[in-house]
Amino acid sequence: MNPSVSIEMILLLAGLLFVLGIVGVIIRKNIIFMLLSIEIMLNAAGLAFVAAGSHWGQPDGQIMFIFILAMAAAEVSIGLALILQTYHQHKSLDIDTLKEMKG
Amino acid sequence: MNNLLWLIPALPLAGFFLLALAGKRMPLIWVAIIGAGSVSLSAIVMFIIGINFLLLPPTSGHYALTLWTWMDVAGFTPKITLYLDALSLVFVFVITFIGALIHIYSIAFMATDKDYSRFFACMNLFVFSMLLLVLADNLLLLYLGWEGVGLCSYLLIGFWYENPNNGYAARKAFIITRIGDTAMAIGLFVIFYQFGTLLIPEILAKAPALWQSGASIATITALLLLAGGLGKSAQMPLQTWLPDAMAGPSPVSALIHAATMVTAGVYLIARMHVIFQLSPMAQLIVAIIGAATLFIAGFSALTQYDIKRVLAYSTISQIGYMFLALGLGAWTAAIFHFMIHAFFKALLFLAAGAVIEALDHEHNMFKMGGLKNKLPVVFWTFLIGAASLAALPLISAGFYSKDQILWYAWAGQNGTPLLWFIAILGAFITAAYTARMVILTFFGEAKTAVGHIPDKLMTIPLIILAFFSLCAGFIELPHNFGKLTLFSDFLHQVLPETILKSAASGELLFQLLASLATFAGIYTAYILWRKEPERIQKFKQSDFMMRLYSFWHDGWGFDKLYNTLFVRPIIFIANINKNDVIDRIYQGITFVTVGIYKSLSLMQSGSLRWYIMGLVIGAIIILGLQIML
Repeated sequence: MNPSVSIEMILLLAGLLFVLGIVGVIIRKNIIFMLLSIEIMLNAAGLAFVAAGSHWGQPDGQIMFIFILAMAAAEVSIGLALILQTYHQHKSLDIDTLKEMKG
Repeated sequence: MNNLLWLIPALPLAGFFLLALAGKRMPLIWVAIIGAGSVSLSAIVMFIIGINFLLLPPTSGHYALTLWTWMDVAGFTPKITLYLDALSLVFVFVITFIGALIHIYSIAFMATDKDYSRFFACMNLFVFSMLLLVLADNLLLLYLGWEGVGLCSYLLIGFWYENPNNGYAARKAFIITRIGDTAMAIGLFVIFYQFGTLLIPEILAKAPALWQSGASIATITALLLLAGGLGKSAQMPLQTWLPDAMAGPSPVSALIHAATMVTAGVYLIARMHVIFQLSPMAQLIVAIIGAATLFIAGFSALTQYDIKRVLAYSTISQIGYMFLALGLGAWTAAIFHFMIHAFFKALLFLAAGAVIEALDHEHNMFKMGGLKNKLPVVFWTFLIGAASLAALPLISAGFYSKDQILWYAWAGQNGTPLLWFIAILGAFITAAYTARMVILTFFGEAKTAVGHIPDKLMTIPLIILAFFSLCAGFIELPHNFGKLTLFSDFLHQVLPETILKSAASGELLFQLLASLATFAGIYTAYILWRKEPERIQKFKQSDFMMRLYSFWHDGWGFDKLYNTLFVRPIIFIANINKNDVIDRIYQGITFVTVGIYKSLSLMQSGSLRWYIMGLVIGAIIILGLQIML
């Protein structure tokens, strides 16, 4: 690993990825793309953890990343199942068609 | 003997509880036995105690029986104490004895009513409250009885509540007497503030030392107590409720609105006589109110066609005589007239009730007539009662009691010729309307068929009351013949003697004048309604006479006056303020809450991206705040 990559740069990249994810979630109408954007946000957070762990020489950051991986796997499996069901019900992946579900 | 005193009020109270709780499920005969029996037993106990009281007068002049302490608040400890002295003995005698007779009469009179047990329960509660009123030794307990009788009066006037007019009459009676009661409550506060106690004997003992004669505080207190008496006793200006109170059953009118409750004001003033004596002005006002009331009520009675309303106005008028006597300082004469009046007025109401029932609820005297031979017992007893009311000289009890008041109106220390003149004019009118009532009801040709003859249970009380209406006067004979003063001597244990003017003489002349007034009244009525009825027809053609007639018939326009002055403005304001002004504040609170809730619920749009925007914006704001601060 090239030690010349500073922690600030990595955190900046993580922040950039996170903002990209948020913007993706907000502007996309397609549920699958929203799910992808959430994955990007999760990975941005994971990157920040790993960078911080390596910066302080602690294993905690990597442990957190493993948790995030596990959670992301669960989230994707449930999310995809929900998307499948939604598609069966509405014949569409547009998030705005789900507005009718408001309480 | 003393220890039995508690039984007198306790028996009617027990009767009330039994009937109120289980009366609906009892057979009618049990209801009658409990209802009339409790009061009759109470009358028997009263006789035992009364005879004991007369034969072995207690050295202190009274029996007192403390039952328990009512409450104990910061040194103020009113007790439930029954206090029997000469004055309360007279009242207890009238309440229980006449009460028992009226209850017995009611057994037959109310027999067909579907609310038999409710009637007796209310009557028993009334007797209990009235006994509490006259047996109380402190003003607080007296006030409890005072309100209790007001409640019972309300319940019994509105006894036939299906007719809205009866409910209206009941409310009217309740509200108007409440005006007087409020003034009286303020009077009690003043007394407590001044004396630090509500014990009647203590107040009467302390008052002359604490207040000078004619002190304004004494006048104020006396006038506040008087206002309470005016409401209860239907004196001017609070008299308008009593004629309407006739909506209740006849026994109720006899017991509550003639014999006992309406004389509570007389009792109160006689009981607190020391305070009234300290204020000559208040006493003068009492006399003037009494005279004015007896005068106007007499004229109103002359123009009524409902037999019970005639009797109601005559009750107002006779209580006016009692107030006149109280105002003159003729304390014993007032109480004597109270007792005699209770006998003959209860008799008249009960007899009128028998007539009304016999004619199938016909109240109009002009549709009666010719009942002399059809209802002989009712006729003769009614005639005796009427003779007593008209103060027929020598033979009737009413003569002896009324003559005493007339004499004191002239010769008493506070008497004036004007008061005497009004009183004797009142005697003339009394005789006239009484004779008119007897003529229209019992003489002439029959206009309505007699439905059924009154039961024995109804006629026996009439006969007993008729006996007392004739003979009760003989215990107190005028000075110039007989000079028997059993009654006033007895009452002088409690009430002061009436002081005569030094120059008073010629009692016989005044008795002759009073007799003349009575005979003139009877003769006038005989001429107008029996011998030459065409004179009445002539009166009816005159516009002025007809206006005067309707003015008197409506009780001198007092109802109209109060309607315009008080009832209508209040209803008007109530209508304006239908949506309560204060309520606007609370409506405002709900309005704001609903607005906030509606605008917040707009945020629940169901659009996921808006929620996320919200999250992001919130996170940015919090982060921004963290960085800035």
